[in-house]
Amino acid sequence: MHEKTIAELSLGLKNKDFSSQELTQAFLTRVKKLDPELNTFITVTEEIALASARAADDLLAKGEAGPLTGIPIAQKDIFCTKGVRSSCGSKMLDNFISPYDATVVERFNQAGAVMLGKLNMDEFAMGSSNETSFYGPVKNPWDTGTVPGGSSGGSASAVAARLVPGATGTDTGGSIRQPASFCGITGLKPTYGLVSRWGMIAFASSLDQAGPMARTAEDCALMLQAMAGFDPRDSTSVDQPVPDYSATLGTSLEGLRIGLPKEFFGEGLDPEIARLIHAAVDEYRKLGATVKEVSLPNMHLSGPAYYVVAPAECSSNLARLDGVRYGYRCTEPKDLKDLYMRSRGEGFGAEVKRRILIGTYALSAGYYDAYYLKAQKIRRLISEDFKRAYQEVDVIMGPTSPSVAFRFGEKSADPIAMYLSDIYTIAVNLAGLPGMSIPVGFSGSLPVGMQIIGNYFSESRLLNVAHRYQQVTEWHRRSPGL
Amino acid sequence: MSLTSEEVNRIAWLARLAIDSDKTDAYAHDLSGILDFIEQMSAVDTATVEPLAHPLDQAQRLRPDAVTETDQRALFQQLAPAVEAGLYLVPKVIE
Amino acid sequence: MQWETVIGLEIHAQLATKSKIFSGAATAYGAEPNTQACAIDLGLPGVLPVLNQEAVRMAVKFGLAIGATVSPRSVFARKNYFYPDLPKGYQISQYDLPVVSTGQTTISVDGEEKVVGITRAHLEEDAGKSLHEDFHGFSGIDLNRAGTPLLEIVSEPDMRSAKEAVAYMKKLHALVRYLEICDGNMQEGSFRCDANVSIRPKGQKKFGTRAEIKNLNSFRFVEKAINYEVERQIEILESGGQVIQETRLYDSVKDETRSMRSKEEANDYRYFPDPDLLPLEITSEFIESVRAGLPELPDAKRDRFKSEYGLTDYDAEVLTATRELATYFEAVVKAAGCDAKLCANWVMGDLAAALNKAGLEIEHSPVKPDRLAGLVQRIADDTISGKIAKQVFEALWESGDTADAIIEKQGLKQITDTGAIEAIIDEIIAANPDQVAGYKSGKDKLFGFFVGQAMKATGGKANPAQLNELLKKKLQ
Repeated sequence: MHEKTIAELSLGLKNKDFSSQELTQAFLTRVKKLDPELNTFITVTEEIALASARAADDLLAKGEAGPLTGIPIAQKDIFCTKGVRSSCGSKMLDNFISPYDATVVERFNQAGAVMLGKLNMDEFAMGSSNETSFYGPVKNPWDTGTVPGGSSGGSASAVAARLVPGATGTDTGGSIRQPASFCGITGLKPTYGLVSRWGMIAFASSLDQAGPMARTAEDCALMLQAMAGFDPRDSTSVDQPVPDYSATLGTSLEGLRIGLPKEFFGEGLDPEIARLIHAAVDEYRKLGATVKEVSLPNMHLSGPAYYVVAPAECSSNLARLDGVRYGYRCTEPKDLKDLYMRSRGEGFGAEVKRRILIGTYALSAGYYDAYYLKAQKIRRLISEDFKRAYQEVDVIMGPTSPSVAFRFGEKSADPIAMYLSDIYTIAVNLAGLPGMSIPVGFSGSLPVGMQIIGNYFSESRLLNVAHRYQQVTEWHRRSPGL
Repeated sequence: MSLTSEEVNRIAWLARLAIDSDKTDAYAHDLSGILDFIEQMSAVDTATVEPLAHPLDQAQRLRPDAVTETDQRALFQQLAPAVEAGLYLVPKVIE
Repeated sequence: MQWETVIGLEIHAQLATKSKIFSGAATAYGAEPNTQACAIDLGLPGVLPVLNQEAVRMAVKFGLAIGATVSPRSVFARKNYFYPDLPKGYQISQYDLPVVSTGQTTISVDGEEKVVGITRAHLEEDAGKSLHEDFHGFSGIDLNRAGTPLLEIVSEPDMRSAKEAVAYMKKLHALVRYLEICDGNMQEGSFRCDANVSIRPKGQKKFGTRAEIKNLNSFRFVEKAINYEVERQIEILESGGQVIQETRLYDSVKDETRSMRSKEEANDYRYFPDPDLLPLEITSEFIESVRAGLPELPDAKRDRFKSEYGLTDYDAEVLTATRELATYFEAVVKAAGCDAKLCANWVMGDLAAALNKAGLEIEHSPVKPDRLAGLVQRIADDTISGKIAKQVFEALWESGDTADAIIEKQGLKQITDTGAIEAIIDEIIAANPDQVAGYKSGKDKLFGFFVGQAMKATGGKANPAQLNELLKKKLQ
C-alpha cells in the first residue's frame, strides 16, 4: 500500500480495496517502525488520524468522498494545527499548542484528508539541510549519512521513505524544491499569493509560500487543488479563480518552448548533474518541445539580495517570540530585560540567531538604503530578467541544486557554504514565480532533481510539463526500499 | 565588511538576544562573512531602479468594520507562561 | 534675553470604529482584561493583518476637513521595538508614505487668528496597557487596546505659546468629534497629546533642542506642562547649560516635567514597509464619496452663525464648540422662530450653567430645545421679564412642564397694564415720603429703591421698562 501514489490510493479507497482506517493504520505502523531512524516526525497524531479515517470511511461509504478523502498526509510543523503542538522545529515553540488551524490545514481537513502528524523542519524554516531543528536532524532515506535538504526536510524524507504519500512543505528560498531534489520526490512552490499564509508561521513574509510534496506531479496537482485559492484572512492572498489542475495534466507538450538559462550551467555545476539535466531536457525534445538558451544576467545577485530581505523580514517576524504570551520563557527572569534576552537567547538556535542579527543590522539606522532598499531593487532587476525571458519561452529549466545530498556536518560549519546550495532556487522566490523540482536521475546512489520554473500563476502548465515527463520516465517511481 | 564584538553586542541588544560572551567573536566572524557575501550587491548600479516590495502588483484589500471575534481569553491564556486575573504577567516595568 | 517658545503637537486620536484596525475584535472601552484581544491582537504565530475600511474612511474625512492632500497611495510600515504591551514586537504604522499630508487649521487666541500647519496624519495601531499596581513584583499586561486604530496627527512647530497649543488641541478635539471619527474622551485615552517644546532667542531662525512631553491627557495639563517646560529650558540656557533632547513626563501633582528614566537610548525603530500588507490605494471616487458625506465643519458653521443669526464672533465660537451644542442652539432658534441672540444668551448662560453644575453634556440636558424655545418666546413677547424667566427656567429644569404651563401655574405673567402699575407706584410714593423728598433733592440712587419696592409689591412681575418710565414720570 505504501508504494501507491495518492491517485492510486484514492482509487483504491473508492473501489473498496481497503478502507481509510486500514490505510492509516498501515502508515502509522510504518512510521513507528522507520521513523526512530529517520526522525521525520516531530509529533505523530495517531488518535486524530484514526478519528479522521473513521469519518472518511463514512463519507466513502455514502459515496460523498472527494479525491483526498481518507488519504493520509502530514503537515510540516510550520503550520498551526488546533490542539496539536506546532513547534516550527524550535525550542521556542516546543510548548505551543496552537489554538487555531492554518488555512492550509483547514482545507485539507475539509477535503477529508487524514493528518498523520507534524513533520520535522529546519528551525523556523531557516536552513537547507534540516540540521538546525531543535528535535534533531532528519535523515535522507536514500543514504542515512546524508541530509534530506531543508527546510522541509522532514516532509521530503517522509514522502521518499513512503511514511506518508503526500506532505505539505513551505518554500522561502528553495525549501520545498531543494529537499525534493535531495530526496528524489516531486515538490511545487506556487506563485506568491496563490496559497494562503494564514496560520503558516512567518519566516520572510514576502517570500514564503506553502506547497505540496509528493511522488508525482499528479499527486501534487490533487494536493494543490485543496490548498490553493483566495483567503480573506491573508492580505497577500490573490483573488482569482483556481483552475482544475488535474484536468490539464495530459495536455500535449508539442510546441512548448523551454529556456535554459546560461547562468545555471556555468562552471560550478557538477558535471554529473549537468548530464542528467540535459538528458531530461532531451526527453522534452522528444515530447515536442523546443529548447533555447536564455539569460538571467542578475542571477548571481539573488543570493546576496535574499540574504538581506529574508533575514530582515524574519528579524521582525520573530520579535513576537518574547516569552510573554506563549512559547518558551526562561526560568526566573530577574527583570524585563532578562526575560527578553534569555528567553530569546535560550529559545532560538544559532542559525536563527545569526539571521535575526543580520536582519536587524540590515534594517538599522544608516544601513537601510545600502542593504534592504538595495536588495529590493535587485529583486526588481531579477523579476525583469524573468519577464524578458518569458517573452521568448514558456518554462525555464535547470538544476534544482548544485549538488546531491551532502553529508551531515559537511556544510554546517560555514553559513555561506550552506547558503550557496540555494543558488538556483532563490531567484524564483524573489520574483514570486512558481517552481517545481522533479527527479531526473541519480548521481551515484543519490537523487538528482531538475527545476522547472513557470510564469506567474502557471501552475497548471508546470504540473502538465512535469506529468508528461513522468509518463515516459521512471525516476519518480524509484524507492529507497525501506 | 568586518563587525566588531561591540557591534555584535549592540545589534544583539536591539534584537533582545542574549549571546554568550565567549561566542561573540564567533558571531562577529560569521556575520562579517555574511556581510561580505551580501556586499556583492554593491557591484551593480541601481540608482534608477524602483524597489520591488511585493511580487504582487495589487492594492490592499479593505474589510468591513464589524466585530467578528468573540472572547477566547481562556483558550489563549492556556498558552501563557504567567497569567493572573486575566492579565499577562511580566517582571515589573519601570516607567 | 528675549526667548521665543516653539511648540509642535502630536495628537493620537483613537478612531471610533467598532472593530480593530487589523482584526475583527471589538474596540469598546472598559471590557475585562484580554477579552477583546483576538489571535491577531495577541501576535500569535501565523496571524496576519487585514485593514479596516472604516479606519481608512475616517482618516480621509479628517484629511479633507483640514484641506490636506489625501495620498492616492500610502504604505504601512513596521516600527520595531520591544515592550510588553506591544505583542508583535513591532507596531504597524506609516512612515514614508502617510495617508494624509500637509493640511492646516486656524486657531483663535485672545481674538487673534492664526494658521497652524499640519504636517501629516497617518494610521497606526494602538498598543495594549501595562498595569503596575503590584502583582507581587510583576506588571500585568492587558491587550484589549492593542490593535485599536489611531490617527496620529502631527502639527508643524508653528505654536509660540502654551495658549496657542491649547487652542490648537481644542480645535482638533472639536473637529474629530464633529467628524464623528473620535469620541474625544481624554480620560479614557481616546485623545492623547504629546508636546514637543523648545526655545530659541527671539529672532533666531534655527530651532533649539526640543524635549518631548508625552501623554498629556487634559487641556489644563498641556498648558501647565508646557509652561513649566519653557521655564525649565530658559533656566538651563540662561545658566549656560544645554537642553537635552529627551522624552519627559508631566507630573500633575508636582506640576513639573520629569525625564523618563527607562528610555536609555534613542530607539532605532528600523522602519520598513510591512510585507504582510499591500499599498493602500485611495481613488478619487472614494475621496469624493467621503467628501459628500462630510458634515458642516466648525469653521463654516461658525461663519454661518455669524451671518445667518447675526451673532458676535465670541457667541458663534462658543456655540459651535461642539456639534451637539450647535445643533441644540439651532433647534431652539427654529422652534422659537425669533431673536437668535436671545436664544444664544439662554443657551450659553443659564442652560450652560445648569448643565455644568449637574455635570451633564448638552445631549443629556433635561431641557430639550423645544421647551427652552417656549421660554424664549415668552420673553420675546413680553409675557415675562428676563428676571422672572430665570424662575421659569428653574422650573423647566426640574419638571417636564412647558414654559406656558409654568407661567400659568405660578402666575408669573408680567404686569403690563399701565393703570395697575401706576396704582402701585402711587401707593409706594405715598408710603415713602422721605425717600421721595431725598430723590427729588438730587439723590438719584434712590431710584433703585422705588424700583425695588415696586417689584416687591408686584412679586417681580412688573414690566421693568414700563415701570421705569412711569416711575420717572411720577417722581418728577
